[in-house]
Amino acid sequence: MATSDDGGFHGPSIEEFFPEVIFFAGTPFEMNRIILIRFLAVLAIVLIFWIGTRRMKVVPGRFQSIVEMGLDFARVNIAEDLLGKKDGRRFLPLITTIFFMVLFMNITGIIPFLNIAGTSVIGVPLVLALVAWAAFIYAGIKKHPGAFFKNALFPPGVPKALYIIVTPIELVSTFVLRPVTLTLRLLMNMVVGHLLLVLFFSATQFFFFTASQTNFFYSLFGVGTLAFGFVFTLFEVLVAVLQAYVFALLTTVYIQLALAEEH
Amino acid sequence: MLNAVLAAGEETAKNPLIPEWYDIIWSSVCFVVILFFFWRLVLPRMKKLLDERSAAIEGNMEKADEAQREAEAALQQYTAQLAEARAEAAKIREQARVDAQRIGAEVTAQAQSEAERTKANAQVAIEAERQAALVSLRSEVGSLAIDLASGVVGESLSDDAKATALVDRFLADLEADTSGKK
Repeated sequence: MATSDDGGFHGPSIEEFFPEVIFFAGTPFEMNRIILIRFLAVLAIVLIFWIGTRRMKVVPGRFQSIVEMGLDFARVNIAEDLLGKKDGRRFLPLITTIFFMVLFMNITGIIPFLNIAGTSVIGVPLVLALVAWAAFIYAGIKKHPGAFFKNALFPPGVPKALYIIVTPIELVSTFVLRPVTLTLRLLMNMVVGHLLLVLFFSATQFFFFTASQTNFFYSLFGVGTLAFGFVFTLFEVLVAVLQAYVFALLTTVYIQLALAEEH
Repeated sequence: MLNAVLAAGEETAKNPLIPEWYDIIWSSVCFVVILFFFWRLVLPRMKKLLDERSAAIEGNMEKADEAQREAEAALQQYTAQLAEARAEAAKIREQARVDAQRIGAEVTAQAQSEAERTKANAQVAIEAERQAALVSLRSEVGSLAIDLASGVVGESLSDDAKATALVDRFLADLEADTSGKK
C-alpha cells in the first residue's frame, strides 16, 4: 500500500501487484501474499460448496438454497441457456469452475485485510483465458472433425478472392484476440479497481493525518475521498460479480460458436 | 493522480502484462483444484439432488393422480349406491301404494259384505219376528174371539172343532180383506 512516511503523498504503483516473496524465493514456486490470497479463495470455495452440498435435501435449508442458487445460476443461466441441456452438461464443470474461481478471486479485492483481487495479477486471467481458448477449440474439433479450422478460417459463402482479407482477420479475431481480450478485460478491471481504492484510501489517510496538520480544511477533502472510496468499494462488488459472469458467459459463447460452426 | 500511477509504473522493471512463472503455476494449481472439486464432487452431488427432486415431484404427482382416481371411483360408487337407494325407495313407495289400495278395497268390500249380511240377518229376524207375531197374534185373536163369542152365546166353544174352523175362516176373510185393500 502507498505510504506517506516522508510526509508527502505517494500514489499507488504497479508494485502493489508484486508484493515481497514469502515462501520459496527464487524458485518457480514463489509465493507472495497474492498467491496466498488465491489459496484462501480456493479454500473458501471448497468449504462453502463442500458443506453446502454435503447432506443435500430434496427440500433445501437456507444455506443449501444459497449454494443451489449459485450453482443453478452457472448451470441454467449460462451453460444450459447457451449450449442447451446436452452440451451444457458436458461443459458445465468448466463453466462453473471459471465462474466461481473468478468470482471468489475478484471479491477478495474488497475483503478487509486481503484488499487485493486474486485476479489482479495476470496469472489467473491468462490461465483461464487459455483454458477457455483450449475448450472452444476442443469443442469445435470434436463436433466438426477436420472441418472446424477450415470453417473458422474460410467461412463458407464468402467469394474465394476475399479469403485474402477474411482469413487473416478471422485468424486473429478468433484465435488470438479472444484469449487476449478475455485476459485483459478481467485483469484491467481488477487492477484499476484496486488502484482506485488504494488511491482513495491513501489520499484519505494523507488528508486526515498529514495535510490537516498544515491546514485543518484539508481534512474536508479527506471526507470526500473517503466517501468516494466507500462508493467504489460497493462498485467493486458489482464489478467482481459482473466480470465473473462476463468471463464465464464469453467462454460459453465461444464454445457455442464453435459447436454451431457452419459446415 | 494518473501521472503518479504512470510515474510509479515507469520506475519499476515489472510489467503487469508479462506473467511470472510462479504466477502461472499457482494459478493453474488453483484452477485444477477447483475444476476437480466441482467436476468430481459438487456437480455430481447437485445432479443427484436434482434427479431426486424431480423423482420426488413425479412421485407426488403420481400419488395425487392415484388419490384423484380413488376419489372418482368412490364418487361413482356413492352415486350408484344413491341411485340404487332411490330406486329401492321408489319401489317400496309403489308397493305401499298398491298395498294400501288393495287393503282399502278389501276393507271396503269386507265392510260392504258385512253390511249386506247384517242387513239380511236383520230382514230375516224381522221376518221371523213378524211371522211369530203373526202366529201368536192369530192364535190370540182366535182365542179372544172365541172367548168373546162364548161370552156372547153363553156356551163354551173353545174345544169345538167347528168353532175353530169358523175362526180360521173369519181370519182368512179378514186377511183377504186387508190384502185386497192394499
